[in-house]
Amino acid sequence: MTQTEVNQSQQSATVQAEEDHQQHPLRIYFVCWGFLFVLSAGSYMVDYMQLQGLLRWSLILIFMVAKAGLIVAVFMHMAWERLALSYVIVLPPLIILMFMVIMMFESDYTVLTRIEEFSP
Amino acid sequence: MQEPPLKMPQTNPAPGLQGFVDDWSSDQRAFKKVSWGKAMMWIFLLSDTFVFGCFLIAYMISRSSTVSEWPNTSEVFALNIGGTELPLVLIAIMTFVLISSSGTMAMAVNCAYSRARKPTALLMVATAALGAGFVGMQVFEWSKLIHEGVRPWGNPFGAEQFGASFFMITGFHGTHVSIGVIFLLIVARKVWKGEFDRDERSWMCSGKGDYEAVEIMGLYWHFVDLVWVFIFAFFYLW
Repeated sequence: MTQTEVNQSQQSATVQAEEDHQQHPLRIYFVCWGFLFVLSAGSYMVDYMQLQGLLRWSLILIFMVAKAGLIVAVFMHMAWERLALSYVIVLPPLIILMFMVIMMFESDYTVLTRIEEFSP
Repeated sequence: MQEPPLKMPQTNPAPGLQGFVDDWSSDQRAFKKVSWGKAMMWIFLLSDTFVFGCFLIAYMISRSSTVSEWPNTSEVFALNIGGTELPLVLIAIMTFVLISSSGTMAMAVNCAYSRARKPTALLMVATAALGAGFVGMQVFEWSKLIHEGVRPWGNPFGAEQFGASFFMITGFHGTHVSIGVIFLLIVARKVWKGEFDRDERSWMCSGKGDYEAVEIMGLYWHFVDLVWVFIFAFFYLW
């Protein structure tokens, strides 16, 4: 790169400063990466140790939520975005949760009618 | 008479909910200090969240409404390595490969904003290689299950709905990974050629010597990893 090109790119970098750029110390990425490895190992251990019942389900959910939170907050930089964007992205998926609850009732009903109808 | 400025000066938001309300009730643009490319990628990812959410809910319905027993995924996805039967081992390796690729992608985004051209391109190629490895293992898993007689309409292990859920969910996720690998290579090539250093507009490059395309690519890639976290928890472990 010639000197003029370097100057140009530095100038354009200052023009760009109006929009926030997501640059953070490398350390935070390595810490997050390490946690993701540990949490994944944890969730694999849940299966390897053949834990069953409520303990298994709660551990799966805890590891899942922790991993998803780390990825969205650190790797996808959501922790540093303005609330105007974060709320628009993070809140609507709650509708999926509601849909899930509705469909849980629905499938309970379906399995009851299937047992009623098809049992000998 | 002096004309009012076309663009209002952008200030830091008020803390908490007030800042959100201020941004959304303001003139011009709601997502201040966020480029349209990044905002649109986020909104695309939100819509993709709904798609995968619907797939996982459909899987939940078929699993909880079937009267026959659901196949034990721990055994179905076990591999025999060195004479011992390891439960779910291939899926665990795939998970670690995808997490590693997320890490290299985060490094690439960081390098991109330091305007380090070659490390960025190399890290993106590493990410693409890990992604391709993931897809390769998925191909292996698919062919193994198809060989064992798993079909969308039935399988030898239990409830018929297992095959349809498996092929639909992992297939759609694998497609996302494959598309991601292709775009990673395209963006890496543009980085390597220095297209983001020049102040000119081209495809996926807004000019002004801007590396933001790498961050937007990173958002997509991390999303693919995020979806796998949910698939791993609900389909493989549950």
